Amino acid sequence: MAFREIDLNMGPQHPSTHGVLRLKLAVDNEVVLRVEPVLGYLHRGMEKLWESLTYTQVVPLTDRLDYLASLSNNLAYCLAVEKLAGIEVPKRAQYIRVVLAELQRLASHLAWTGFMANDIGAMSVLLYGFEAREDILDVFEEYCGARLTVHGIRIGGAVRDLDAPLIARIRTVLERIPKRLADIRALLDENRIWKERTVGIGRISAADAIDYGLTGPPLRASGVAWDMRRDIPYSSYGDFDFEVPLGANGDVYDRYLVRLEEICQSIRIVGQALDGLPDGDCAARVPRILRIPPGEAFHTIESPKGVLGFTIRSNGSDKPERVKMKSPSFINLQSLEHMCKGNLFSDVVGILGSLDIVLGEIDK
Amino acid sequence: MPAALVDRPELRKALDALTGRFADAVLGGAVEAGEISVRLRAEILAPALRFFRDELGFSALEDLIVCDEYQAPVEGGKRFSVIYRLYKFPGAVRARLAVAVGEGGSLPSAVPVYPSANWAEREAFDMFGIPFEGHPDLRRIYMADDFEGHPLRKDFPLAGRIGGL
Repeated sequence: MAFREIDLNMGPQHPSTHGVLRLKLAVDNEVVLRVEPVLGYLHRGMEKLWESLTYTQVVPLTDRLDYLASLSNNLAYCLAVEKLAGIEVPKRAQYIRVVLAELQRLASHLAWTGFMANDIGAMSVLLYGFEAREDILDVFEEYCGARLTVHGIRIGGAVRDLDAPLIARIRTVLERIPKRLADIRALLDENRIWKERTVGIGRISAADAIDYGLTGPPLRASGVAWDMRRDIPYSSYGDFDFEVPLGANGDVYDRYLVRLEEICQSIRIVGQALDGLPDGDCAARVPRILRIPPGEAFHTIESPKGVLGFTIRSNGSDKPERVKMKSPSFINLQSLEHMCKGNLFSDVVGILGSLDIVLGEIDK
Repeated sequence: MPAALVDRPELRKALDALTGRFADAVLGGAVEAGEISVRLRAEILAPALRFFRDELGFSALEDLIVCDEYQAPVEGGKRFSVIYRLYKFPGAVRARLAVAVGEGGSLPSAVPVYPSANWAEREAFDMFGIPFEGHPDLRRIYMADDFEGHPLRKDFPLAGRIGGL
């Protein structure tokens, strides 16, 4: 058949983009030649808005960035403010934050597994993944009343203490996850259709992944051991014993394996944090109106999507001069074209899914 | 204490190497909390980024931050400061490069050195109107192509558009 280049539009309303993202594709028959993501459909001007709010008022808005992992956004922002203002967070609060952040990672990865399998065509995995995630959202509801936009971490500590009934409940939830994980793995790991759609698809080498600034599970699936929790520890992560799972091939299948293994590691971390929960306060005393002398701070955490960072500049008033978010989804999406080139058109959905992007975070 | 927070002698050596190479174009430098922090003249930005990548081993660009210094312009009245954050692994070492650029001025693109700067520079162009010379595809990234003004500039209104609603 003669070469004929066709332009195709995917989105902005497309079930696999999980938000409003438009992909401009150039294809030769079934083979992808170019992919250009078109952003901004969800742009709310968050960074501009933050400049008009006090430091405390910004926290609930960070929930709306990566709305599948709102606690991670809270944590990254609060750590940056605390670094800038020199606020010491009590040890107990740090452990509570670790518990919350790892539960959030579990919820985010379980939701991803369900969505991803659904995109490829395995509907039942969605139900298994979401059932397990539901338990965790119930814990969040009991903790602070919200399920999705949680706002559970405040500047100086956490919203409230973990009491004995809640700790017992978290332990029960954690005990149930491995069984559900085993169910998911039984459905997918050796599933021929799943493997044909994921093994060797959307590959990126370790060197290219670093060049494109990839972070999080997609980077580790290419075999690069880089995890903020281990390499630049924050919030007492250095106290816990966990492994950083790595892939070898940098394809969609390895990204799946890395995320599933991270679920197991997160369960270990939460268990250790609950066992070793120190006595003390669940938050530092922070003035209601926080005024921070002029300065600049940059802090990064390992969010479920990758390395999430905040640069905050203060000017002595109660409002930040500038807040810049380093969004992991934004940077990871940049490599989509590199991963898709030469693959089949039908695999674009799977490759996009394997990056685990959230448009709330990309468009700010 | 985590390794990243300890001042390491090799960072001071790297800073000395940079100052030796570019001499008077380095306006200030320090090693704080395991991080190299330098202020540079914009003219040497491109060779400095290459030096950091090829000779000091900073393999990736972590973030690109622009601040509008509307109230207190830096370095001879220049309006924007642009901060490049680099990191290197293994080793968990960070570097912070700051340059100043005036309104109407431009900066060399970092894309030939760090491909991940592509969208970050488009964002800086969209939000602040700073052009990056040599960028492969410099267009707005969030706002519509026919949008007027640059939203994150301090003189852009929080609600509405330039010149009223």
